[in-house]
Amino acid sequence: MRPKRRRLAFVVCGMLTLGVAAALVLAAFEDSIVYFYSPTEVAENKPPPDRRFRIGGIVVKDSVIRGADATSVRFRVTDTANTIDVAYTGVLPDLFREGQGVVAEGRLDADGRFRADEVLAKHDETYMPKEVADALKESGRWRGAPEGGR
Amino acid sequence: MIAEIGHFALILAFLLALIQGTVPMIGAARDDPAMMAVAKPAALLQLGLTAAAFLALVHAFTVSDFSVALVASHSHTLKPLIYKITGVWANHEGSMVLWVLILALFGAMIAAFGANLPAALRARVLAVHGLVAAGFFAFILFTSNPFLRLFPAPVEGEGLNPLLQDPGLAFHPPFLYLGYVGFSISFSFAVAALIEGRVDPAWARWVRPWTLLAWCALTIGIALGSWWAYYELGWGGWWFWDPVENASFMPWLAGTALLHSAIVVEKRDALKGWTVLLAILTFGLSLLGTFLVRSGVLTSVHAFATDPDRGVFILGLLILVTGGALVLYAIRAPGLKGGGLFAPVSREGALVLNNLLLTTAASVVLLGTLYPLILDALGGGKVSVGPPFFEATFVPIVVPLLIACVIGSTLAWKRGDLSGVFGRLGIAVFAAAAVTAAAAWRAGIEDFLAAFGLGLAAWLFFGALAEFAAKIGVGRVPPGSVLRRAGNLPRSAWGMTVAHAGLGIVVAGVTASSAWQTERIQSMNPGDAVDVAGYTVTFRGVSETRGPNYRAVTGRFDLERGGRLLAVLRPEKRDYPAERSQTTEAAIHTTWLADIYAVLGERAANGAWAARLYHNPLVPWIWLGAVVMAAGGAVSLTDRRLRVGAPRRARRGRAVEAGAPP
Repeated sequence: MRPKRRRLAFVVCGMLTLGVAAALVLAAFEDSIVYFYSPTEVAENKPPPDRRFRIGGIVVKDSVIRGADATSVRFRVTDTANTIDVAYTGVLPDLFREGQGVVAEGRLDADGRFRADEVLAKHDETYMPKEVADALKESGRWRGAPEGGR
Repeated sequence: MIAEIGHFALILAFLLALIQGTVPMIGAARDDPAMMAVAKPAALLQLGLTAAAFLALVHAFTVSDFSVALVASHSHTLKPLIYKITGVWANHEGSMVLWVLILALFGAMIAAFGANLPAALRARVLAVHGLVAAGFFAFILFTSNPFLRLFPAPVEGEGLNPLLQDPGLAFHPPFLYLGYVGFSISFSFAVAALIEGRVDPAWARWVRPWTLLAWCALTIGIALGSWWAYYELGWGGWWFWDPVENASFMPWLAGTALLHSAIVVEKRDALKGWTVLLAILTFGLSLLGTFLVRSGVLTSVHAFATDPDRGVFILGLLILVTGGALVLYAIRAPGLKGGGLFAPVSREGALVLNNLLLTTAASVVLLGTLYPLILDALGGGKVSVGPPFFEATFVPIVVPLLIACVIGSTLAWKRGDLSGVFGRLGIAVFAAAAVTAAAAWRAGIEDFLAAFGLGLAAWLFFGALAEFAAKIGVGRVPPGSVLRRAGNLPRSAWGMTVAHAGLGIVVAGVTASSAWQTERIQSMNPGDAVDVAGYTVTFRGVSETRGPNYRAVTGRFDLERGGRLLAVLRPEKRDYPAERSQTTEAAIHTTWLADIYAVLGERAANGAWAARLYHNPLVPWIWLGAVVMAAGGAVSLTDRRLRVGAPRRARRGRAVEAGAPP
């Protein structure tokens, strides 16, 4: 009986830990998951201003406007069907380039502009973020995969 | 010509791995010494062939042979020699060659130093190892051949991504792979033991040094990667909970659990089934990490060259290797008889808790990493799971682990006594309380969680020392015998103390740098000064500089405190014409208690420059602590009882003879 009870104690302990972990995971999923939308999806159903999300697409050529101080910048991101204005304060990543893929995270402001607090461009200059590639495919403007990482 | 020799050597190595994977296995089943004896020369020759292939590739890179497609797309004549060499593994194909080279190295080490393993076990271990290697050789030959020729050969190469032209990243992959691949040894031992149907303390003593070696290398590898991300990416952070980072962190967590559960098998002959399962899962997570990194199914801030075919191949390999081992486990595990019994409050009980929490932590990281993939596959939309998720789940699981770590290591085997523990750890309790109070007083009560984190770090550090002091009898016996006792203590006890103290240092660095980082993003004209956490940073302007294969704009920032010039920070923006890309080089001044970190940004129309300045308290402790942890592992590795090949299976009497070399 003793070893059996002991094993039971371990099993209960294990279940408890896993239960607590599961509860933590579910609670965290509630408020820390960030959805990804293409500019078209943003245009179709505007996410509420308190909702953080990611957008991705191509930086429109000649759309980058730097503010008076060197840390604010505006640009437009497109999936070729729709375009969204992005405002960002901070230092852009090295691989941020007009005409290339970008992912930005932030919220919509009252004017429908996307206020990004994080901009991700890729280490690899020909690499297209997967979400961006999929979004472009959906809008029917995909021109074949860029060769991976060359 | 040399590239063709390398290619041919790889093909031979593949065929040899197939032989190594089958003949000794059949031999072990039939008890045929001649067939089992094939394993040793096969493993040694496999190392020779793989090394030849690797050297052929190194040769192609050093002489800039652009008729080899891989060299043409990843190298450049102007690149410094060191980065020509490290460029070999800074790309997918080359890094896979490095992977199999390390795999072959480990196989040859088992063959060479495993003379006193029982012949059948050694044959099976090497056979399983050969099968894993064959899978990877096939992967290279069929999807990622590094020796493909290019015709006509270009005059100049396309260069290497400048972010990778860096010492931190040059040595990050080899260490990481030593870790990943090292776990393949534990895996081979686990599968061989399942085939034999026997796991005993001797088995654990054979497995432990390999696991420990892999763990040390992985610790260093992850630390190097994080250090690189910190100073090279210019984001001021050192960990982003990115899929690629998690990919290396999951096997580390599982490997840490394995390291601890193997102790229970060795000392108490218990937890056998669990340890074997962990060995399989740890290597499975290593393979999963490779799959995630190489397939590009997840969007990462660290993008790698990716290719769906390769992803599918590695996924297949992952399913075959892990799935096959788990099926074998399901068949054989019920036959593994449990050994010594123990009370819940005991060293074993504490190690079970350690394993429970570590594997839970690993599963939470796994879930967070794969969730976007699962949701996308189910058509639930595209999401990203970022730091908030991991902070909300991982931290609450790890905190009890860290608290229990100190207590557990002072408990006796079989049946521990909690009341005695607090006598031994009084000083650690005091130190933790004092540090928590001091930090809360300095930072304010609203930062209580961070203060608690620092207290936890003190608890770990001083707890490890207090436990060690109690073990050698400080304060109870005369100083002379304390020294003698310390000298007589097994190296693994020393190693544990050092590693746990190192963990305390890491926790301090992680806590302070996450909670009290100061960030200033500022538009600055020459002469402008900005205050960063009590330091004054004055922008003095920029100048143009030139490196071997880049041009740079170098900013100059004077770092002062109390009117005294401490350092001149010179962050750079580099432009690599060959690779047509720019990089940001952060300038870092460290006091070992904090880093002042400066990044030069864009230039505005009015001539001002964007500057990003950080004050990162205790951040160097993260890497310092990681090195201390790995050093603890290395000390433990020198333990006489853990020396590779030293243990013998003595319980059954016949073992010593059976282990004689063929």
